Amino acid sequence: MKKLTILALTSAMVAGTPAMADLVFPSLSYRTGPYAAGGIPFADGYADYMTLLNQRDGGIGGVETRVVECETAYNTERGVECYESTRGEGALVYQPLSTGITYQLIPRTTVDGIPLHTMGYGRTSAANGNIFSHTFNYPANYWDAASVIINQLLEENDGSLEGQTIALLYHNSAYGREPIRTLQTLAEQEGFTLTEIAVDHPGQEQGNQWLQIRRERPDYVVMWGWGVMNQVAVQEAINTRYPMENFIGNWWSGSDHDVEQAGADAAGYRSLNMNRLGDMPVFAEIQEHVIDAGLAAGDGSNLGNVLYTRGMYAAFLAAEAAALAQEMSGESEITPAHMRDAMEALVIDAETMEAAGMPGIGPEFAVSCEDHGGTGMAIMQQWDGEQWVTLTDFIAPDDSVTQPLVLEDSAQYAEENGIEPQCAES
Amino acid sequence: MLYREAGDFSTTYSQDNQTFPIRFDRMGYYFALLIGAVVIPFLINDYWANSLLIPFLIYAIAAIGLNILTGYCGQVSLGTGGFMAVGAYTSYKLMTAFPGLDMISITLLSGFMTAMVGVAFGLPSLRIKGFYLAVATLAAQFFLVWMFNKVGWFYNYSASGQISAPERDFFYFINLPVTGPNAESWVKYLFCFLFVFVLSWVARNLTRGSVGRQWMAIRDMDIAAEIIGVNPLKAKLTAFAVSSFYVGVSGALLFTVYLGAVEVGEVYGITKSFLVLFMIIIGGLGSIFGSFAGAAFMVLLPVFLKLLLVDGLSFDTALSAHFQFVIVGALIMFFLIVEPHGLARLWSLAKEKLRLWPFPH
Repeated sequence: MKKLTILALTSAMVAGTPAMADLVFPSLSYRTGPYAAGGIPFADGYADYMTLLNQRDGGIGGVETRVVECETAYNTERGVECYESTRGEGALVYQPLSTGITYQLIPRTTVDGIPLHTMGYGRTSAANGNIFSHTFNYPANYWDAASVIINQLLEENDGSLEGQTIALLYHNSAYGREPIRTLQTLAEQEGFTLTEIAVDHPGQEQGNQWLQIRRERPDYVVMWGWGVMNQVAVQEAINTRYPMENFIGNWWSGSDHDVEQAGADAAGYRSLNMNRLGDMPVFAEIQEHVIDAGLAAGDGSNLGNVLYTRGMYAAFLAAEAAALAQEMSGESEITPAHMRDAMEALVIDAETMEAAGMPGIGPEFAVSCEDHGGTGMAIMQQWDGEQWVTLTDFIAPDDSVTQPLVLEDSAQYAEENGIEPQCAES
Repeated sequence: MLYREAGDFSTTYSQDNQTFPIRFDRMGYYFALLIGAVVIPFLINDYWANSLLIPFLIYAIAAIGLNILTGYCGQVSLGTGGFMAVGAYTSYKLMTAFPGLDMISITLLSGFMTAMVGVAFGLPSLRIKGFYLAVATLAAQFFLVWMFNKVGWFYNYSASGQISAPERDFFYFINLPVTGPNAESWVKYLFCFLFVFVLSWVARNLTRGSVGRQWMAIRDMDIAAEIIGVNPLKAKLTAFAVSSFYVGVSGALLFTVYLGAVEVGEVYGITKSFLVLFMIIIGGLGSIFGSFAGAAFMVLLPVFLKLLLVDGLSFDTALSAHFQFVIVGALIMFFLIVEPHGLARLWSLAKEKLRLWPFPH
């Protein structure tokens, strides 16, 4: 053991010398395990966009970006190890792509003064920037997603879901349980019946759950799934002959690999998406500068698919914040503190997205000290048997439902941890 | 040459009975303690504490606990993860219900709670043995995880079902935070070190006393043990109680000190039970040293391999993760083929050789 630790120490010291003058973006990715199918395209998109910035523009504001990948396998213990091992390299912002790891990192990053960006996942009440000073979850969160789905269903049912039944098929983890409270509130308000059906990690066994759905025949099935669970659920829905149009996933349950296997049988399955699809100029540039140059993080086959686009969008938001931080601080080599201040002042409008070669990829939003959550808008997309087709424009959530829940939950967190509101004038 | 008992005379029974009868061994032990308690806290940084030492110490406690039950008393258990969860949830409930309580009391109380749960699940061991008992404890594993997921009271009805540790102090007059993000690494490390030191000392002395001999008698042949006067009810249930106490303490520390926020299905799932079982199989069944060696092997090796492959040889992270599986798996097979009695046996063979060296005949 002693020998091992000495070896580890020396190798850590050799490897641990940070290269200066880089903008470091750690990517806590997962390319192995039951969630790798989602983790790989996201990590590829994130890394490729950063490489594109280096290749095309010479980095951000003249400083090269560097993505430090660390494999977590969607496991919280490995996530902690990754956080500790990458933190010393001058990490500007963490994006763990895991709600479980997010819960671990919220207090740690706050103490260490490093911003944490959990785009459309993580702790929903972190949208209250007054309490969660270093955590950001713009442009949307789970409670928004739940509300968006219900709003869309309301529209399809002429404004009333009275007497309908909606089943929530969720991953039995912090991630899957997040929307329950919102859906319960909405069920009371709109008069529908909510059935909660849990699927345990990793989600390969869903026989019982679909037996229950077959028996109860809910009007809609809403899914909060991730990784292999999505594919299995889509296949089970086909096997139980559940009408696919009434089966709706959230934005982590609607990527290409989730439905490709089932192909035409899954046609009609719908899901949310927080970023728009389609051909964007930026893809051609990534193809030219990154993939053709042999610098791609993956094999390049994921370019343009749902989660690749989302990873790229995440990198875009981080890069915009870094550029803003350079502008605000007047220094090209920014610190995490600069990054945090910039993220709080971030404004993403149509021109910014257009300029980056991804027009209309996400909603326009502005972050403020109180509101770290963005607008919460999402689009609805549908699988036509061959590809995802955008069904709607960005749908707004019902803030009158989500906002009180956010305030309530964040107040509880503030009380448990003795946190003072950080924003002066509220 | 280095390692011998020449000139090392025992003049009393207590000297003859001590854990490390050879002076060189004893000095090594004191030296390791000194390094662990006095030197490391000054040198430690966040990475070393959070990635290597704290998990190693915590898993060492769990491995000692399971070793008492499986290695010394011969009762195979696959419920370790579930019992660790009992420790974690007890400390969460205590931390939130009694904000004034210090961490030492909370951790000990969590251990006692787990001991009670362990005894309850140990009752079937009086009737069933071997694989059948393993299946019964497997039921405990799944039942406990299911219960902590299902019953909102255990996680104070939080929206996500996660539990997270608020900031609490070391002891009632030592006002240093051990849990929460403001806790210093060296405090967390010393807290775990203290528990490891006391618990392994207790375990060592329990196992060589009358209680431990009863456990071993039951392990070696329960009918014979009963005939010579060992009460199987008492022996088995004490083994379950002591083992669960250790496992509960380790589960509590894993949650409060190491992770800070826990989701029961992921952290205390069946994989955790297997992990601890592998630790004692690789380390050596029925050996306190083996528990430490096994925990070190399973906790430190993946991190070391990651450092070597990703940072040292610049492997792709995914490739290195796959290589880790291959290398760790191959090493486990290698050790089990070369030395089925685990690392502890290798260690004692090495000591044996050192005693004879350089004159092996």
